[in-house]
Amino acid sequence: MLDMIRPADVGEAVDALDAHPQATLLAGGTDLMVEVNFGRLRPDRVIALRRLEELRENSPRRIGAGVTFRTLESGPHNALAQIARTIGSPQIREAATLGGNIGTASPAGDALPFLAGLDARIELRSAGGKRLVPWDEFFTGVKQTSRRPQELITAVELPDDLPDRSEFAKIGQRSAMVISIVSACVFRWSDGRTRAAFGSVGPVPVRARRAEEMIAAAGPAPGRKDLDEFARLAAEETSPITDHRGSADYRRRAAGILARRLLERCLSPGRNGEGPG
Amino acid sequence: MMVTAEINGRSRTWEVTGSESLLYSLREELGLWGSKGACEQGECGSCTILLDERAVCACLVMAADAHGSQVVTVEGLSEPGSLHPVQRALVEAGGVQCGFCTPGFVVAAAALFRENPSPDREDIREALSGNICRCTGYGAILRGLQTLAGEER
Repeated sequence: MLDMIRPADVGEAVDALDAHPQATLLAGGTDLMVEVNFGRLRPDRVIALRRLEELRENSPRRIGAGVTFRTLESGPHNALAQIARTIGSPQIREAATLGGNIGTASPAGDALPFLAGLDARIELRSAGGKRLVPWDEFFTGVKQTSRRPQELITAVELPDDLPDRSEFAKIGQRSAMVISIVSACVFRWSDGRTRAAFGSVGPVPVRARRAEEMIAAAGPAPGRKDLDEFARLAAEETSPITDHRGSADYRRRAAGILARRLLERCLSPGRNGEGPG
Repeated sequence: MMVTAEINGRSRTWEVTGSESLLYSLREELGLWGSKGACEQGECGSCTILLDERAVCACLVMAADAHGSQVVTVEGLSEPGSLHPVQRALVEAGGVQCGFCTPGFVVAAAALFRENPSPDREDIREALSGNICRCTGYGAILRGLQTLAGEER
């Protein structure tokens, strides 16, 4: 028999989680219900989060865990909107949440390179209070995070200094409903600072820090050789595996090509209009 | 545990035994066989319904989580005996082959047209990108909906 807990607010949700740390958290259900439907999971106690209004707060620097990708399709961050528009299918985007993508922590989680590239912090709440965990301390392995059982992912906090441009792209077998073979986010500030982050090329999101430093040093208008070097270093910094979706060599090569292409987009004039990228 | 939700405009109460999907409840408890079960993982769109006015896959909704929600299935899109404009458009364009995927396409398209009465070809293709037709009858489905979009322009 299922015990379904329907908290009225986040306070009730974390109290329920405190009393039942082993309870299953249900938001959009797009990952969880696949496990249920295929008989791999039989939760006996579920905490339902879908209706919690507080988790749907959405501002440029703070995005609630319950915000759906449908909502994020039209947000102020170009790369995040690109991510949202290419996740799953329209039906998946209506249900799936940013917090779910983070909590599942799949190496192919499409929103994760965005968080990594922007040095986002994950807000966790428990009955005892809240803490902010930097992304690289949060994601610890394939589907592993440092979230404690009593903690609820409540929001993502982005830094004040947002980039002027951001671009995302992924490679998959078709445009809808794929698990990414490689995904990439590139961020660019007008002073030349650059960040590059990848998904599906390691157990956790990967930052190409050497490539970032190299291209920032190349100044505001990098030349073709700089871009080549940026791509080469970025590819080198990934640590992909070979699986049924693609080989490690392919992933590494594709990561470099994507990094270069996205940086070129960031450098092209006025492609995405005004405002924070 | 008992779950109560508004299904196609009527309050319905049924028993949920575990973490089964809303799709299971619709078909096995509520006698609504329009929504089809196929992939059970949100890939095919055959079970598309409106949950609180949003087109989602019923197979990915935990039935117990539908408590207090508003659900519209393909059966509830129009009055009994009449066709929703999307259904009429598919009939007229020959957009139905074996018919298995049709309810999902109809609900997904109805959600699109409610939001955007004159979608262009790309809007329609994008809105239907979560629905699979294994007869590969996409051409006629698309033509029918493009005609409908033209009519409503």
